[in-house]
Amino acid sequence: MSDVAERIKNIIKPENLIYSKSPVLNDVTMHYCPGCSHGVVHKLIAEVIDEMGIQEQTIGVSPVGCAVFAYNYIDIDWSEAAHGRAPAVATGIKRIMPEKTVFTYQGDGDLAAIGTAETIHAVNRGENIVMIFINNAIYGMTGGQMAPTTLLGQVTATTPYGRNADLNGYPLKITELIAQLPGAAFVTRQSVHTPGAVRKAKKAIRKAFEISQKNIGTSFVEIVSTCNSGWKMTPVASNDWMVANMFPLFPIGDLKDGAKDSTEPYNVQI
Amino acid sequence: MGELRLMKGNEVIAEAAIRYGCDGYFGYPITPQSEVIELLMAQRPWETTGMVVLQAESEIASIHMVYGAAGCGKRVMTSSSSPGISLMAEGISYIAGCELPCVIVNVQRGGPGLGTIQPSQADYNQATKGGGHGDYSLLVLAPASVQEMHDFVGLAFDLAYKYRNPVMILADGVIGQMMEKVELMDQRPRWTDHQLKEITGNWATYGKTRDREKHVITSLELDSNIMEDNNLRLQAKYKRMKEEDVRYEAISCEDAEYVLVAFGCAARICQKTVQIARGQGYKIGLLRPITLFPFPEKAIAEMAGRIKGFLTVEFNAGQMVNDVRLAANGKTKVEYFGRMGGILPTPDEVEKALFQTLIGG
Repeated sequence: MSDVAERIKNIIKPENLIYSKSPVLNDVTMHYCPGCSHGVVHKLIAEVIDEMGIQEQTIGVSPVGCAVFAYNYIDIDWSEAAHGRAPAVATGIKRIMPEKTVFTYQGDGDLAAIGTAETIHAVNRGENIVMIFINNAIYGMTGGQMAPTTLLGQVTATTPYGRNADLNGYPLKITELIAQLPGAAFVTRQSVHTPGAVRKAKKAIRKAFEISQKNIGTSFVEIVSTCNSGWKMTPVASNDWMVANMFPLFPIGDLKDGAKDSTEPYNVQI
Repeated sequence: MGELRLMKGNEVIAEAAIRYGCDGYFGYPITPQSEVIELLMAQRPWETTGMVVLQAESEIASIHMVYGAAGCGKRVMTSSSSPGISLMAEGISYIAGCELPCVIVNVQRGGPGLGTIQPSQADYNQATKGGGHGDYSLLVLAPASVQEMHDFVGLAFDLAYKYRNPVMILADGVIGQMMEKVELMDQRPRWTDHQLKEITGNWATYGKTRDREKHVITSLELDSNIMEDNNLRLQAKYKRMKEEDVRYEAISCEDAEYVLVAFGCAARICQKTVQIARGQGYKIGLLRPITLFPFPEKAIAEMAGRIKGFLTVEFNAGQMVNDVRLAANGKTKVEYFGRMGGILPTPDEVEKALFQTLIGG
């Protein structure tokens, strides 16, 4: 036994290290449920900030919802916004300090229901910010009620017989809307349910932050996510359910990749 | 002597903001205060002082842009009129809860609802009793002239940073729209990065440097004991405002038997009423609260012991009258006279009301 312990001790050395937690991710216990996508996305954002060396110039805007405590986990300055107002708060920060890197982190209720106006207008102005959008098709923090992105037929606390289009309207594909706006530079939809998907999501988040350094418009990254507590499934079943039910409506991939539209006036007689 | 100009009250708000070295304005047009953002956009201060000006998509967005920018320690402001201020109530509550300094101008119009674009003072309770959710207070300044619209911009910023609290300039459609002679301050520089760091460096979000812990702007606290402490800290701050920053003007009050209490444009009308009544031999005075919160309770309590009655004159259904009654504490009569819907009484009508309610005959 002591021989095994000795051998393990010999393996745990700095020169053998192949992975470590980013120092930008605080060494605290997260409040997220096991299996929730938030923790993975937080980690990716922290790694990107760390690898780009922008910790001292980055200000995050956290939402109302499960990610309200994002400011406890990523070691940067934060402004905690009212429900849905993160894009307006980020606009205020970025306009008053244009040299800083500013991002919002929002859930589906925050970004696509109560904050729809703030979301659309921030992107339409081409604010040079990053918006990270966690879409798990349910309200996690308040106990599993219908989200704007809840699927038709999906059972939630406020759609106990399944979402009915006549009664509740349709799931909102806001990322498709965002991709139509002239102020958007980079719009993509990703997920974090497999190691491969996590790598791709990190690449997309990195690209979004890189674009925000160039001041060529808004970067928008949707992460199709799981909420196993809200969905009342195991983490593994949640991943399967997401792939089978959410991906057909919210397909993974880039929706806009470039820069905001030309800023030249057109069709205006001055 | 500074530069003299004939200007509208609303225009002066914009001009004073630029000259005071304000860092940013976020707003949404609404009658009767749209001249504020129109003049700012025409002046293009971002090319001169570096002041940011942005027309938002709504009053909700405006106030949350102010929240974000104020959180960076910068001197920022917004302006609106009554229905727009109702929309801002959410953000104002958050700003007060996070103890962020900023300036909010309300050029009041009549309500409720869409109401009227005519002048009003019906947002007195909203301004002085909070207006949004939770136990908080704004420091509220009530200008009664175009000159005060100018002077109060700088005063509001100074008080906002003294207390780390939102300050409201509660004007009305009359003061916002009328033109008067105004002496403008000379252009002042905006705060340098060094000044900013000295004044706000221990709490503002400007990027976490290695030598300090992260700064978080939030009003959220789930530990009840800490949340109660946060509330007690706010209440202590409001108490300090009452001790250090009550402002009012007393006109002909020394020997007065009856005292009118009025703020903003109502005070201008009452000033004339005092002149007329004094000419007729009546000992009438005017107490004009300049800070509506903190309210000049002590001045009113002191007068209540020696005069025969107060008449509040306000262009609402009788809101400030309650604060005067609380301060007078039953020691003298307190009556109310007012008009609504945008109707302003003449000085003679105020005098008539004074006779009907207090003097008799």
